[in-house]
Amino acid sequence: MLEIRAVNKTFNPETPNELRALQTVNLTVDDGSFVVIIGTNGSGKSTLLNAVAGSFFIDSGSISIAGADISRWPEHRRAKLIGRVFQNPFSGTAANMSIAENLALAAYRGKPRRLGWPLRQPLISQMRDRVSQLNMGLEDRLKNPIGSLSGGQRQALTLLMATWLHPDVLLLDEHTAALDPKSADQVIALTDTIVRRDKLTTLMVTHSMQQAANLGDRLLMMHRGRIIHDFHGAEKKRIRIDDLLARFEEVRRAELLDESVAEMLRRVYV
Amino acid sequence: MSLLLGALTLGFIFSLVALGVLISFRIFAFPDITADGSSTFGAALAAMLLVHNVNPVLATAAGFAGGFLAGTLTGTLATKFKINGLLAGILVMTSLYSINLHIMGRSNISVLGSFTLSTYAERVGTALTRDNTLNVMGWEITALEASLLIASFLFIVLAGCVMYVFFQTNLGTAMRATGDNNEMVRALGVNDENMIILGLGLSNGLIALAGAFITQYQGFADVQMGIGMVVWGLASVIIGEALVGTKQLGLSITGAVMGSVLFRLLVAIALRLGLNPNDLKLVTALFVFAALTTPGLLKRFKTLKLRSSHA
Repeated sequence: MLEIRAVNKTFNPETPNELRALQTVNLTVDDGSFVVIIGTNGSGKSTLLNAVAGSFFIDSGSISIAGADISRWPEHRRAKLIGRVFQNPFSGTAANMSIAENLALAAYRGKPRRLGWPLRQPLISQMRDRVSQLNMGLEDRLKNPIGSLSGGQRQALTLLMATWLHPDVLLLDEHTAALDPKSADQVIALTDTIVRRDKLTTLMVTHSMQQAANLGDRLLMMHRGRIIHDFHGAEKKRIRIDDLLARFEEVRRAELLDESVAEMLRRVYV
Repeated sequence: MSLLLGALTLGFIFSLVALGVLISFRIFAFPDITADGSSTFGAALAAMLLVHNVNPVLATAAGFAGGFLAGTLTGTLATKFKINGLLAGILVMTSLYSINLHIMGRSNISVLGSFTLSTYAERVGTALTRDNTLNVMGWEITALEASLLIASFLFIVLAGCVMYVFFQTNLGTAMRATGDNNEMVRALGVNDENMIILGLGLSNGLIALAGAFITQYQGFADVQMGIGMVVWGLASVIIGEALVGTKQLGLSITGAVMGSVLFRLLVAIALRLGLNPNDLKLVTALFVFAALTTPGLLKRFKTLKLRSSHA
């Protein structure tokens, strides 16, 4: 279970660039729940994922996974509990190393790295087995450098790596945004398969209304560092792309109203 | 002939510097210039211990350990204290200069009167040949020269193999991945800062080991002997990459050794042809500059030519 309690994060505090990225965010994600997060640009959805992953420390509040408070853990220590796929296909793999070496690094996620031999036969046959399930023909190219693969192939492998050892929480940060539509569909299908099969507790940020409507069992909508909508169960199942677009339009109108009201007040009082 | 043998032996010994530079500059992409200080540090430690009649193997190992410590210090400054990598190297290198003077007590000390690895190699060589000179294809060479060459060759083969195997282990794989993509290794639970610290330690350990060997080869340690070490190592690595490419670690290691030997041979020839020894470092720096910029210039030249032929 992932528990986020009253988390605040402000970037560049007390400067003209001050950004209150997370404002008292509360969220409890049950084990095996697949949560999709959407939101306007700068709404804090990626910041929320990075706060869980430990890319930075939160200003206040607490984050705990399976009962352990990880708020002050460094990023590499949290990796024992967390699997991650980044937006940039180059971020999740080491380009100059072979597919097998990359997978081997993932097979030891969160474990101490000693002088043992990573590429042992049982692991290599396991690699062939799991990579062949991607249906990309990569199982015969395990010795090739990952840098020679397409973005879609690299993202599929990163997903495989993030879930190689069952993570307590899987974080997907717009992991198909940089891909062409066909590769994006492939990676999304793969995501759905793996998350359901392994019953992974998942947070997925996306820009795609289609993905948001079709995937997962819970949908969060963020705006200005806050969670403004939270759809569960039957409500989530009913939701269509048009409903989501309508919600975004609502947010946009509210914003416009805010600004025009502020402008009016300025004119009257200043 | 003895010039050639000397150049080969020096080439093999300086391969350790090339391997160290390969680790810092290529595997970690960390511009570590601690080497200029750590090579002298290794030399000074070994020389001081040898003068006090310490076993030469122990003295050489102490040189390695000293360089290792210096490297971890640079790594710690760069990671835990967030100091720019180049500056971290400069700080450690500069402080080592004073430390080296303190260790040696003056600017140079001789180990000619002490029992060193060279003495040991000579004894083995003389015992095996039962003579002080050898006749190789009509050339007279001394048993000392021959045994030093063979010993340094065997050692560098061993060092290269150990390094190759090490970088295939779990730890070594994590270190290579850190240089490739540190965001990824953190996400996979590797403390990338510790990897850099350990990697720079190994790099400078090898470089200091070269310093300790050179001291015993030439018979003295000098506080100035490390100047230009990084550029020499880099030149060797670049020559090696031109010879064998950069695709595989095994090839890179072999290339660095070959590059170092070739570089030493070129230096010996250039000196023989009348190059002023004072100009050696300038020429080497110019060579590295040319090797770093030529590929880019050629590419630009080609695109220009393509464009003009299209126009």
